[in-house]
Amino acid sequence: MDYALLAEQFFNGFQLGIILFLVAAGLTLVFGIMDLVNLAHGTLYMFGAFFAATFSMVTGSMFLGMLFALPVTLVAGMLMEWSLLRTLYQRNHLDQVQVTFGLIIFFNELFLIAWGPEGAAIQLPDYLQGTTPLFGDVVVPDYRLVIITSGLLVALGLYFLVSKTRIGMLIRAGASNREMVAALGVNIKMLYTVVFGLGAALAGFAGMIITPITQAESGMGEGILILAFVVIVIGGIGSIRGAFIAAIITGLIDTLGRSFIDVAMLAVMDTEGAETAGPAISSMLIYIIMAVVLAVKPQGLFPPKGA
Amino acid sequence: MTEAILKVDNLVKSFGGLVATDHFNLEVEQGEIHAIIGPNGAGKTTLINQISGMMKSDGGSITFDGRDITHMSAPSRCHTGLVRSFQITSILKNFRVIDNVALAIQARQGHSFRFWKAAQKDQELQGAAQAVLEEIGLGERGNVLAGNLAHGEQRRLEIAMALATSPKFLLLDEPMAGMDSQASEDMTTYLRTLKGKYTMLLIEHDMDAVFALADRITVLVYGRAIASGSPDEIRNNAEVRSAYLGDD
Amino acid sequence: MGKILSLMKTPRGIYNTILVLLCLSMPFLAPAIEQDFYRDVMLRAIIFAIATISLNLIMGYGGMISFGHAVYLGVGGYAVGILSYHGIESGWIQWSVGIIGSGLLALLFGAICLRTKGVYFIMITLAFAQMIYFLSVSIEKYGSDDGLNIDTRSNFGIEAFDLNDPMTMYYTAFVLLMACLYFSHRIVNSRFGMVIRGSMSNDDRMGSIGYPTYPYKLAAFVIAGMMAGLSGILSANFESFVSPDMMFWTTSGEMIFMAVLGGLGTIFGPLGGTMIFLILSEMLSNITEAWHLIFGPFLIVVVLFARGGVEGIIGKFEKRND
Repeated sequence: MDYALLAEQFFNGFQLGIILFLVAAGLTLVFGIMDLVNLAHGTLYMFGAFFAATFSMVTGSMFLGMLFALPVTLVAGMLMEWSLLRTLYQRNHLDQVQVTFGLIIFFNELFLIAWGPEGAAIQLPDYLQGTTPLFGDVVVPDYRLVIITSGLLVALGLYFLVSKTRIGMLIRAGASNREMVAALGVNIKMLYTVVFGLGAALAGFAGMIITPITQAESGMGEGILILAFVVIVIGGIGSIRGAFIAAIITGLIDTLGRSFIDVAMLAVMDTEGAETAGPAISSMLIYIIMAVVLAVKPQGLFPPKGA
Repeated sequence: MTEAILKVDNLVKSFGGLVATDHFNLEVEQGEIHAIIGPNGAGKTTLINQISGMMKSDGGSITFDGRDITHMSAPSRCHTGLVRSFQITSILKNFRVIDNVALAIQARQGHSFRFWKAAQKDQELQGAAQAVLEEIGLGERGNVLAGNLAHGEQRRLEIAMALATSPKFLLLDEPMAGMDSQASEDMTTYLRTLKGKYTMLLIEHDMDAVFALADRITVLVYGRAIASGSPDEIRNNAEVRSAYLGDD
Repeated sequence: MGKILSLMKTPRGIYNTILVLLCLSMPFLAPAIEQDFYRDVMLRAIIFAIATISLNLIMGYGGMISFGHAVYLGVGGYAVGILSYHGIESGWIQWSVGIIGSGLLALLFGAICLRTKGVYFIMITLAFAQMIYFLSVSIEKYGSDDGLNIDTRSNFGIEAFDLNDPMTMYYTAFVLLMACLYFSHRIVNSRFGMVIRGSMSNDDRMGSIGYPTYPYKLAAFVIAGMMAGLSGILSANFESFVSPDMMFWTTSGEMIFMAVLGGLGTIFGPLGGTMIFLILSEMLSNITEAWHLIFGPFLIVVVLFARGGVEGIIGKFEKRND
């Protein structure tokens, strides 16, 4: 048993889970509270990445770049909601799907033109390029620890916001009974804009912290978006707790699954077969899990009460 | 003594901590009109949902026409002859009135995996649907889009769809809902004509209608049957008066 | 015949007739105006319209918003591609495998997805389609991302019927399109179709009057899958090429838009929508490479303001003239 590989893959999986959670949390809130299918959520992830890359280049500092990009992404999200998306709340899901699909097409093209096919990169500062030893031979890249830690801090902050503050109470109430919250005289429009902005900020944050590793490019949002869908289907629409648990599980299964299936396949078939079957099965694994969860619990693992 | 066609035995349904149906018992005799009354929040809709099969119970049993239907799906219950109508009008709004009824009739004609012949040109089906419409006074309205009917007409279509399934037992959830007094009277008169042909379990708030139609009445309060008997017995029952009718 | 002629008197009837006549005559029209490639554009539209018709069956008449319908295109296409790669060129075998294969996959996916509703259904159909996309990308042997070239078109062993002849290819697709239109018309008006349409209108009520709607919806899903598989088979033949892109979620998204643009829940809507979409995108992409900048907002405007699509707009003329 190669512990170094196992540990490395574990951290990779956990990191993926954190990123997925950040993206899924906003998505599930917007679904749960506004009943809005927002395919353009991945676009907000892309906004964060590109804005951070540009600001980092301009200021010469990754940290400052992200610091400036975050509020810009938040505002961009709220603008999107205010100008277009709020007309969709009354519309059926098909209309929502198509309009947000139109947004994706538009922005992917816009960013492709603005930054070119190579996209944009963020240079990791020297002090974050090292590794930290854990145990035995195992080392963890420092930046990966930064991603995981900051992601967990945000998750904690979100938990605090949702369970201990007044606005969090409104959010939870809205997730389980939208009409009731409106009937209670709460300024629904503003609540919706705030929730959307929060989701945009979370997605943007995920996009920017992953960029030093992967790069900002047009179309980067959709891959993570679809996995985020799987996460909230497994976790239950409207549930942040569900999103967190499902995201971590999904990240771990997807990453560890890929390594182990390759190994397992080699044990049972020849190299050529394994090289085909391995990646094939790994790429399907998380969807198979989703299907199994749905077969048993069609509303996800943690549907909010009253759903 | 006539055998009860519908027997509800110790039915239980809870939502989290709230017990909506609390060991509810009921026996409805063949051919009778039985009314369930009770204050708002007593659990009438939950009860109907369980009897019709739209909601699973947590305990107890339901027997219909000698068969245990507790675990049967709603479509299957409909095929045994137990059909319901809805309090909030639940017709197919973008179909024509006659299509609504035709679909209900079609459901009783075996499976519908027939892909070729046009249903709207099937003379037998359309003729049978027209006949049902005539009976309920919507004979002239067959070609109108169901969503364009007046409220009272929609309520009648609501009943017509249930009747078109050739049932033995009608589970009527507030058939008079939202009707003015004239329309309610008409509906009451109509329902009385159905007596004997069908057994009816009626949930209603309209007390005039209830006392005019019912052979027996059960009073539902907090998920329990607190009294059951003839209209006179219920009218004079002290517990019922204080819980529901109000002392007068 | 008299009925068909009377149908042509309405504005929509005239519009639909024009669509069909355009498809029918393009192989002769195109060379006449010295734009041979219009024939290819039209053939592409005809082939894709078959897929859009199948999506309209479940989405426009059944209310099942499948965001993964393009996956069945891929099954049909790859059936042709993979069998051809292994030397099996018989159209009988390729086409049977393609259609039955897409039907089986639709049965599997539908059985799971139809247990969910609304937003869940949309997302799950999307997820499953992506799963198959990733699966095909991961199999290096059949070309992965780059796709798979197909050497010859399906061979049916009939001398007079050679798909390699452009006219035969074109009119085979055209005849199949007409057949799918007609089949679509019969199925939505049949008893089966009424159940599907009823379930879209009010699924709970359908249950209460005695219809277990799940098996009917599943059957519709399978039929639509097979029809889309046929479209994929034709596409593989015409383009002599298949790639995972056929199954990418954006293809499904475009298919949904074509159905909506044309007019959901109408027989000819999908044909008109597909033709308009493909011709427009062809024209726009010749003007500028960044045509998506125009297309995105166009999609948004159509969805927000043109309810009922083109058939809906033309239908409004009928009402005004009455």
